Amino acid sequence: MKVMAQMGMVMNLDKCIGCHTCSVTCKQAWTNRSGVEYVWFNNVETRPGQGYPRRYQDQEQWKGGWVRNRRGRLALKAGGRWRKLLTIFANPVLPNIRDYYEPWTYDYETLTDAPLGDDFPVAQPTSLISGQSMAVEWSANWDDDLGGGPEIGPRDPIVERVRRESEDKVRFDFERAFMFYLPRICEHCLNPSCVASCPSGAMYKRAEDGIVLVDQDQCRGWRMCVTGCPYKKVYFNHRTGKAEKCTFCYPRVEVGLPTVCSETCVGRLRYIGLFLYDADRVTEAASVADEHDLYAAQLDLLLDPHDPAVIAAARREGIAEDWLEAARRSPVYKLAKTYRVALPLHPEFRTMPMVWYIPPLSPVVDRLTETGHDGEDAGNLFGAIDALRIPVEYLAELFTAGDPEPVRGVLQKLAAMRSYMRDVTLDRPRDESAAAAVGMTGAEILEMYRLLAIAKYEERYVIPTAYEAQAHHLEEIGCSLDVDGGPGMVAASGPFGEASGRATPVSVETFHALRTRQTSDSLADPGERGARVNLLNWDGKGRPPGMFPPPRETPPAPGNLTAGGGGPESAVGAPTSEDRR
Amino acid sequence: MSILDVLLWGVLPYVTIAILVGGTVWRYRYDKFGWTTRSSELHESRLLRIGSPLFHFGLLVVIVGHVIGLLIPKSWTDAAGLSQDAYHLQALVLGAIAGFCTLVGVGILVYRRRTTGPVFSATTRNDKLMYAVLIAAIVAGLATTLLGASGGEEHNYRLTVSPWFRSLFVLQPDIEAMARSGLAFQLHTLIGLTLFAIWPFTRLVHAFTAPVGYLFRPYIVYRSRTGGPASRAPRRGWERVGTAPGGSSARRGR
Repeated sequence: MKVMAQMGMVMNLDKCIGCHTCSVTCKQAWTNRSGVEYVWFNNVETRPGQGYPRRYQDQEQWKGGWVRNRRGRLALKAGGRWRKLLTIFANPVLPNIRDYYEPWTYDYETLTDAPLGDDFPVAQPTSLISGQSMAVEWSANWDDDLGGGPEIGPRDPIVERVRRESEDKVRFDFERAFMFYLPRICEHCLNPSCVASCPSGAMYKRAEDGIVLVDQDQCRGWRMCVTGCPYKKVYFNHRTGKAEKCTFCYPRVEVGLPTVCSETCVGRLRYIGLFLYDADRVTEAASVADEHDLYAAQLDLLLDPHDPAVIAAARREGIAEDWLEAARRSPVYKLAKTYRVALPLHPEFRTMPMVWYIPPLSPVVDRLTETGHDGEDAGNLFGAIDALRIPVEYLAELFTAGDPEPVRGVLQKLAAMRSYMRDVTLDRPRDESAAAAVGMTGAEILEMYRLLAIAKYEERYVIPTAYEAQAHHLEEIGCSLDVDGGPGMVAASGPFGEASGRATPVSVETFHALRTRQTSDSLADPGERGARVNLLNWDGKGRPPGMFPPPRETPPAPGNLTAGGGGPESAVGAPTSEDRR
Repeated sequence: MSILDVLLWGVLPYVTIAILVGGTVWRYRYDKFGWTTRSSELHESRLLRIGSPLFHFGLLVVIVGHVIGLLIPKSWTDAAGLSQDAYHLQALVLGAIAGFCTLVGVGILVYRRRTTGPVFSATTRNDKLMYAVLIAAIVAGLATTLLGASGGEEHNYRLTVSPWFRSLFVLQPDIEAMARSGLAFQLHTLIGLTLFAIWPFTRLVHAFTAPVGYLFRPYIVYRSRTGGPASRAPRRGWERVGTAPGGSSARRGR
């Protein structure tokens, strides 16, 4: 048994309202540069729908992930080492930019510069790739909220598969349509096929927390990772010629802050925590013969952080005590393994994904009530699960390789919780049989309810910092301590202004930002950070000085910017002239 | 042996080697981030999937041909019982086919680069210069192969160019041998030297990091957060922002 720690995420799809706040804040933090205009490390898809990039789930077309070959061993679907090297001069299955979408901006200048005339001036869309005028025909969420439903929806690869079994299950006519939202980030898989596909060895899984990253200095732009990832979550920066992907916001996670997408999630549907898993058995688990067993095999990899044998083995591997403590409090472990309500996305790709989803319980209560039944009675709810608008078969194709039983089990648990909690809320005798019917006790149901419904920030995000255990070999610190303006002098900027001199290493900057945040009196005090605000460190509280340009009436004296002085009143005080402008 | 001969065949090769080696070391140390194929397959793949393998595989055969022709002395093949005519024939056939593939391949690639809007706008001046030198080298090389079909002593590069090339590496350049060879060979050699001199400063560097190691490493790579090849000193400066034409570029403040 080789115990390793893995950062994981769970998303509760019942709560997702499809507002795309996660996508937008992620883009602002990570991909608001040229070369990655079309890239969304986090995107929210309406299901049924084709997804982003178009039909990415159809691996017969895109050749992502692993397959089990005739000898029962795992092989990359796009071909092994020799095949990769022989096709390296032109990757045979790289998505075109149009499979994502051609990014565009608008010719806004026309709106103000157009001469007086009878017609309103129009801002034409302009391609960010070629600079030419273009017709916008597709985007990352073109079929949002079932836009173009009857036309676009049937091309959803999962709809195609479910329909092969029963035409009745998926309907797009208005009365019988259904939809739900699926936010997606990189899965940070235990058995990442993108890493295995990289000829240069530039992609790697971090040994400490399992985050999958691209070494930008070692990437040579062979593009095999884009093909290798079945979720199409590795992207090619067409300007730098390098691969880029979701980083699980590692500079934030390292200091104990949740990812930007989680931090800004309006529905508070994301949970972040640690899994402990057995690295020795990953390949074995990913190669089980029957696809339906993959979910169980993946679950089996996750080790019980309360088990003394696991704790002892983890200590032997050098996992720090605060990490073990975090693993014991991990909300994602509870949801995935203890309560078994979270399911992995497309386990049939055999990558052992580590972002889990609680499937949505579609509006079932109202429908039951309409038919004259008690909509919140456990028995009625259980019976109705197969008649839900969102077909169990569709969810099963997403989360359990087509096996409806685990999905049915999760939905029954959610229904039982609903029924049980009604009795609690109305102060009626609790119906323990509803809990027992799904193999839980009333106390467990209450705990699960608490985690799903009212868990606070500290309970949803249990993230150990990288520093407590490993402070003595902080990344990058060795090479930056000995320069002028090193980490001890964060506030200092170079001799030729803010951007000159060496930049402060990310980990050092976040370390200082966290310390300031923990020790200062004000809500947000980047203080001596001067006029620069690193949004990655912003905890959403208050308005740090420097986030907005100084008021025009009082031009700042030289040196004023770096001297800071963001006292409490300027951070959280009443609206100032800046707000009114 | 004129001064020009000494400069061209005695001095220039060493200058080129110095630039090639020094430039590559410099580039690897200071511009690992820029060390990439700068693929444009994201924009266009139909022509690329024909042109690029044709060019690259043709080029690999051409390289093998050069190694054989330049490094293996004529006396060795004679001793192996391969007559000059037989050698010449196989070199001509293989060389002509491979050279032709390479030329057609690069032709397709340049056509694609010029006619596909996004690919053309991603083409730098550096790329254009590199393409010009590269195509000139291929054309001149193909010309020497075809001219060599007519036979004759001055076209037998294994008596002129090859001894000179090998003599470079023992630091006793046989300038006279090279000066004796035909004009076409001299031209091709000069263009080749130019190509090697600009090599470290163009996208051609990607050839030096051909991922052969992929065959020997485990599939899943783990790296520790501390130390290791992942950590490096941060780079300085701004990134240029090239959004809308005429738009803002890397501006700060107001």
